[in-house]
Amino acid sequence: MDPRYRLRRGMDQGMTLVCFLCTLLVLTPLVLVLTFLAQTGLSALNWDFFTKLPGAAGEPGGGMANAITGTLILIGLAGCLGIPIGVLGGTFLSEYPQTQVSRISRFAADVMNGIPSIVMGLFAYVLIVLPLRHFSALAGGVALGVMLIPTVMRTTEEVVRLVPQSVREAALALGIPQWKTTLRVVLPTATAGIVTGIMIALARIAGETAPLLFTAFGNRFWNRSILQPIAALPLQIFAYAISPFDDWHRQAWAGALVLVAIVLVVNVGARYATSRQVRLR
Amino acid sequence: MGSPQGGRLVRDTARTGDQWFRLLLAAMAAAVPFVIGTMVVALIAAAWPAILRFGARFLITTTWDPVASQFGVLSFVYGTVVSSALALLIAVPLGLGVSIFLSELVPGWLRTPISFLVELLAAIPSVVIGLWGIFVLVPWVRTTAEPALQASLGFLPLFRGPPLGLGLLTAGLILSVMVVPFVVAVSTAVMRAVPTAQREAAQALGATRWETTRTAVLPYARSGILGAIFLALARALGETMAVTMVIGNVAQIRVSLFAPAYTIPAVIANEFAEATGDLYVAALVYAGLVLLVVTVAMNALARLLVNRVVQGPSFIAE
Amino acid sequence: MQVMRVRLMVLALAIMLLGGGLSTVRAQSPVILNGAGATFPYPLYSKWSQVYAAEKGVQINYQSIGSGGGIRQFIAKTVDFGASDGPMTDEQIAQAGGRVLHIPMVAGAVVVTYNVPGVTSGLNFAPDVLADIFLGKVTKWNDPRLLQDNQKAVLPAADIVVVHRSDGSGTTNIFTNYLSKVSPQWKTQVGEGPSVNWPTGLGGKGNEGVAGVVKQTPYALGYVELAYALTNKMALGYVRNKAGQFVPPTLSSTSRAVDGALASIPQDFRVFFTNPDGKDAYPIAGFTWILIYGEQPDPVKGKALVTFLWWATHDGQKYAPTLLYAPLPKSLVARIEQTLKTMTAQGAALLP
Repeated sequence: MDPRYRLRRGMDQGMTLVCFLCTLLVLTPLVLVLTFLAQTGLSALNWDFFTKLPGAAGEPGGGMANAITGTLILIGLAGCLGIPIGVLGGTFLSEYPQTQVSRISRFAADVMNGIPSIVMGLFAYVLIVLPLRHFSALAGGVALGVMLIPTVMRTTEEVVRLVPQSVREAALALGIPQWKTTLRVVLPTATAGIVTGIMIALARIAGETAPLLFTAFGNRFWNRSILQPIAALPLQIFAYAISPFDDWHRQAWAGALVLVAIVLVVNVGARYATSRQVRLR
Repeated sequence: MGSPQGGRLVRDTARTGDQWFRLLLAAMAAAVPFVIGTMVVALIAAAWPAILRFGARFLITTTWDPVASQFGVLSFVYGTVVSSALALLIAVPLGLGVSIFLSELVPGWLRTPISFLVELLAAIPSVVIGLWGIFVLVPWVRTTAEPALQASLGFLPLFRGPPLGLGLLTAGLILSVMVVPFVVAVSTAVMRAVPTAQREAAQALGATRWETTRTAVLPYARSGILGAIFLALARALGETMAVTMVIGNVAQIRVSLFAPAYTIPAVIANEFAEATGDLYVAALVYAGLVLLVVTVAMNALARLLVNRVVQGPSFIAE
Repeated sequence: MQVMRVRLMVLALAIMLLGGGLSTVRAQSPVILNGAGATFPYPLYSKWSQVYAAEKGVQINYQSIGSGGGIRQFIAKTVDFGASDGPMTDEQIAQAGGRVLHIPMVAGAVVVTYNVPGVTSGLNFAPDVLADIFLGKVTKWNDPRLLQDNQKAVLPAADIVVVHRSDGSGTTNIFTNYLSKVSPQWKTQVGEGPSVNWPTGLGGKGNEGVAGVVKQTPYALGYVELAYALTNKMALGYVRNKAGQFVPPTLSSTSRAVDGALASIPQDFRVFFTNPDGKDAYPIAGFTWILIYGEQPDPVKGKALVTFLWWATHDGQKYAPTLLYAPLPKSLVARIEQTLKTMTAQGAALLP
């Protein structure tokens, strides 16, 4: 064989190996952190953890049932705010891409993705907590919902743009007004992609602590109204992690494990949905 | 795209419906710049006492003394920049390796699970990574990594001083773990957006897979990769909880990477909850404002670069 | 099939959203008191909260957001009560714009902990030596001034790695207040507060941050809360008190400190009583307070609040020692009773 060719092939295989090693190296911390979590938290995971209110310090038992439902409710509230604005705004970006509003909003959404999450929390505090004079699930939902908007908006834009032009033309040719075409024909066609984007965005906000500190505030009990403080998993993890008691530390890691599991399930679900769509296309 | 031709045939009522609908959508889209504007105004208002008192001096002095109400953020800026730069130095080559692996080399059935695992890394709460850092990473750095570096590269001022385990080096390591998923996600998307024709052309000339990547894919994706780097940088600059647990939290400027340091997000997270006194709180918000301006600038730059390669954020849905 | 799946997902999402909305509809029932502030008493307050909800049906929702945050939320009136490890300043009380009451709940101690291989609990620290270690003037473990107080211990010629809290905290407030009282140089050069400009040392975030660094770094020395040091079995230093004794930090020596300080505690309870009199008093100790307005806006909530505070300072005290807090002495509780009796709502006294 030509020695130059052998060198080139060696280079090719060498670089493949390097890239493979990079991948292994990047995934190592994931394995290490998950092992750490499992070691410290798994022993506190039991049925009570999912069904009971937090216990008192120094006694074993108790759970995070209120924090788990609290996180789900907060995600729901965030969705109420973030999803309509995100989806409709994203539709605008896709259907009227060259307008001045589109250009500015698109850029602003990208920039907003990078704003530190504690700033979002301060924003909701000033906007809702101070005027109402108390912390509330609503304020927490707004803080998370605002964080949801840019991701949902940009995903929606991209997915809606993928809807073939011929679909729009067919609807319009039947005499259907454009707003109806968008709502009844274009958006339904893109639903799977939009839902995926939404799910991933929701999973991302599920683990946020900083924006909830001065908004949702946390609650030891069941929340009874969206105008009252509400518990959330990340808040509870944080409060327990900084306490001096071993039992609480274990619960904190168990909570982190549950949080990672929620994110995992949502991610897998979303991926499954998109892969189905791609296959069907 | 815009308003298709067929619209002309539609009745007038429908046309007003269209206009209202368009207005509604536009209002939703405009919500984003509006929110950002409000945020900036609110932060400036909250930081105003400190802005009046310290002005630009805030950025170039190093004294941070809450008791005497003297505030300057230079040493925090230094710690933030150096730890983030270190993180990129580690995360970018690794992340690019993973991206090349994912987009050019890996068999299709492995691509989804690997990119999924990388994404999972981004999903772990940062306080958890921080505590893992304190209990696992810091002892390892103190007993293994730092002595090894000192033995081999100790002639450089970068690797001098007592190995404490807490400091810029560990902060850089932990930050690299946290930003690597972003480098991978964006640069994989950018590489996969490179037209297949580019690769085919190179392969037709007899290039190996690596040569195709090096000569056809990477140059095409260059500005997008640069964007990924800036995006990761913005994330690193703003990362809080994990860094504050391992950086040592000493407001000083030292050449050695073993030395403890401090970052802007860390000082906000550490002191905001306990800060009393208007000027003190205002100074912390002012520091936050500095951070916001820097991250926004980084993100804006990153997007401009990425958008030159990819139209739309295909990496978000991925 | 595809459409079905999408509909199902949308439906699931809708149910989730509805769940959020429905929870508003449920009726308002028991009285809920929201409080925020110091992290130090969080375990105790959450214990009280659990017991009190079961016994009296009143929900006390306490969140540990930090003393400074507690004071800020208290002034902004976003909570029913605040909690702090340091008293409010006159300026803050003026900002609050009402009669502000500081009610002591329990006392806690700050301990010196270290990691010197081969040395267990019981190293002796004189106040001036402790201050000079944190000033960076005493830098070696075998410094003659340290050896003088520890003639039996074998101390190495290693550098002392000083560790302090990086986050603002009541623990730091008590510790720096103590150092300011015993060292004139500390008072002028550094001063006291929840966060200070440390002359030397590493910063760890939270008790667990400081404890983590001290445990893992040979020759480190730091300070943490008593409860944290005891549950984590850390090496404890003895500190010389005003009477000249080296006192081990324990619950009873903390109680002795409160006893020793009783005479000097002012009528409004706003005081750091570090370095008190008393032969067995551990010198680095302080109160944690609940902050309330003397004039309550809402009679129902006001009544619930004052009843809870009465319970906390009486029956509630029995939960303190198991969680490693020092309960209040009887004579102080009698003074607190007088203060609670001054509370009113819409002009009417809340307690008989």
